[in-house]
Amino acid sequence: MPAMKLRSGALALALSLAAATASHSASAETLDIGVMGELASFDTSQVAGGVWESQVLRDVYEGLMKLSPEGELLPGMATDYSVSEDGRTYTFQLREGAQWSDGEPVTAEDFVVGWRHLLDPANASKYAYMLYPIVNAEAVNTGEMPLEALGVESLDNGRTLRVELESSTPYFPQLLAHYTAYPQPAHLLEKYGRDWVNLDHIATNGAFHPVNWVSQSYIEVEKSPTYYDADDVTLDGVTYHTTEDRNAAISRFRAGELDIVREYPSERYQWLKENLPDATHMAPYLGSYYYVLNQRDGHPTTDVRVREALNLAVRRDVIAQQLMQGTFEAARSFVPPGVAHYQQQQMPLPGGDMDARMARARELLQQAGYGPNNPLDLRLRYNSSEEHKRIAVAIAAMWRPLGVNVEMINSEATVHYQSIAEGDFDVARAGWIADYNDAENFLALLETGVGNNYGAYSNPEFDALMKKAAQTQDADAREAVLEQAEQLALDDYALIPLLFYVSRNLVNPALSGWEDNVQDNHPSRWVSFDD
Amino acid sequence: MLNYIAKRLAMAVPTLLIVITVSFFLMRVAPGGPFDGERQLPPEIEANLMAAYHLDEPLWMQYLRYMGNLVQGDFGPSFKYKDFSVTELIMQGFPVSLELGALAIALALLLGIPMGVMAALRRNSALDYSLMGVALGGIAVPNFVIAPLMALFFGVILGWLPVGGWNGGALPNLVLPVIALAIQQIAYIARMMRASMIEVLGSHFIRTARAKGLSEREVILRHALRPAMLPVLSYLGPAIAGIITGSVVIEQIFGLPGIGRYFVQGALNRDYTLVMGTVVFYGVLIVLMNLIVDLLYSLFDPQIRYDDD
Repeated sequence: MPAMKLRSGALALALSLAAATASHSASAETLDIGVMGELASFDTSQVAGGVWESQVLRDVYEGLMKLSPEGELLPGMATDYSVSEDGRTYTFQLREGAQWSDGEPVTAEDFVVGWRHLLDPANASKYAYMLYPIVNAEAVNTGEMPLEALGVESLDNGRTLRVELESSTPYFPQLLAHYTAYPQPAHLLEKYGRDWVNLDHIATNGAFHPVNWVSQSYIEVEKSPTYYDADDVTLDGVTYHTTEDRNAAISRFRAGELDIVREYPSERYQWLKENLPDATHMAPYLGSYYYVLNQRDGHPTTDVRVREALNLAVRRDVIAQQLMQGTFEAARSFVPPGVAHYQQQQMPLPGGDMDARMARARELLQQAGYGPNNPLDLRLRYNSSEEHKRIAVAIAAMWRPLGVNVEMINSEATVHYQSIAEGDFDVARAGWIADYNDAENFLALLETGVGNNYGAYSNPEFDALMKKAAQTQDADAREAVLEQAEQLALDDYALIPLLFYVSRNLVNPALSGWEDNVQDNHPSRWVSFDD
Repeated sequence: MLNYIAKRLAMAVPTLLIVITVSFFLMRVAPGGPFDGERQLPPEIEANLMAAYHLDEPLWMQYLRYMGNLVQGDFGPSFKYKDFSVTELIMQGFPVSLELGALAIALALLLGIPMGVMAALRRNSALDYSLMGVALGGIAVPNFVIAPLMALFFGVILGWLPVGGWNGGALPNLVLPVIALAIQQIAYIARMMRASMIEVLGSHFIRTARAKGLSEREVILRHALRPAMLPVLSYLGPAIAGIITGSVVIEQIFGLPGIGRYFVQGALNRDYTLVMGTVVFYGVLIVLMNLIVDLLYSLFDPQIRYDDD
């Protein structure tokens, strides 16, 4: 049997490689990427969420900053910037000669207009809060102030952009590479209103511009000759294929129809690693998979002893290595490794002997008043997916020896998140993928009163530290405060850290300029086919 | 006949009205809303969204607004796919689903009817058993199993056909999805055809035809086939409406831009306007297909006439 498996694997590999080479002599320099879903809009104010969306948008637009293949910040539409002493005023010098794909120059005015557009309440942008660090942004977004009150200004005929922030925001440059901070072409917005993104007259300022979009099938973009670095862009175009069926995407990759498949299903990892070793990528990713512990009144998980016991009994390595076959990393903290300017923290969980840990967990539950006569009943919610289910079942089994009865409730994502936002659970599955590479993006989820703080964890000391971090200019000092804050939350067993996400991509081995990175961002402008 | 058609169409209006109304309110009763997701939105942003889509109005007002727009042929904007209106999405996707579905139905009739007839004529023979065995397999194996296997075999291993993509409806891209869609229909039609053929062959008028000394070929083709087609015909109405409104499974596996997935995705995303748009569209299609089938009856069965009297 093993011999046969090997043979069929080798055959498949040979065939797929042959097919991959064959297809590329035909359509020389077009990159075919299989993405998970459909772009919501080319109007960045209307987009919220998908990794696939930022892939398309990053290729056609460029913010003040852009990302290198490794995910490092590079100057984009701004060639230089300065920050005031108090960290609240940023002044950007716009790139000479940067153009929209219709030949109009990209000016500071395009950023002013684009950001106002995002914050205009009439446009109902889901991600408008990304720009809340800017002076009056929140007030503008709630309609309390006019758009003109926003703290951005175009100076010297659009060559300079000045941005005023509410308070010093050390991660602000990171935000500038996010699609919410992209410019919008003022001249088109004025002419067409929200319809400016219509492909008949859209203009973009990135390395590529969109030429064709068949909803639910593909988006085609072509290299922009007006892009300032066009000489350096080797691809003629990119096609993003909507491939929701991930296994079908793998077949299309093997047949040479796709060069890149984003987010292949984790259960296929072992097979892919054996059969397409050169194409199969897996790398740390800024995402945390955790269980929320409900700390609203009336839930057993308000008791820190219960929270510690539940944390103690979870065998993270077993879940990561055996259950998920290495497609996740075990997590003992909330902020994942790889976050810039940050040292990973640890939840105080004794390592090694599981029996000792279970004994300690039992003792804690007993102290909290639970035992054979008064078993701990927990309602565990997760959103329907085979993966989440397997993990939930395993965790329930790990808690069972403690006498914990778990009632499992699964529902589709919409219902799941609504239920946990309403606090209708004891323990619930959640995940967080970083918007920008900064520990604050994770830790903010544990601040009192924050919408995504599903468990309603509240510790004034933690809140004070977060506030202090926000006001700390010095990067090292700020890092220390954030680390202190996370350690505090981990000592409180504020949640159950379980796993860290990894990025999973299939990449044609004939490509250069595609590098694994913690944010899983891969601008196509760096990518080329080896000859 | 025209009178009959007019009457039927008039009757369709209240039916559709009920379908639309029930769907509208069912959709709103479902827990969760279009803006509930992994990321909880700050309340002020949720308020902006609710206002932008008029979801902050009382439900009856939203209903009236929806019906008002619908009468003018406006399905509203999609909540999820912002660069397209629901009408645009349906108009872009429907030709794809229609082409796929029509080809699949044609293939199913072309293969299913002769299979059923042959099985009926050689009743209880090896041929009958093997044809019906194949048909049973076609019904039993779901298309989410068949489709990836076909893609793997013909696309990846043999490399004869593209594994996925629409490519403007190029023939090679159509082959696998059409076959995958047709398999189950072939099976249904073959089994239905066999059963009704057997029944018809046992009836008096066939005995009479044979007694007149007609050749077996003439008996089958001229006298038995048409009445035996009636059950298939009644099945075809809803089946065609179902198949040309797309199959979410086939579309996802082959990456085709049909409208099948809008219904499922719309429902999961609570994309109210998209779901309503597909419901209305599907409803109208079913009504029309049923009407066409009823009209076709008169061609196949001389006992049925729609006279204007």
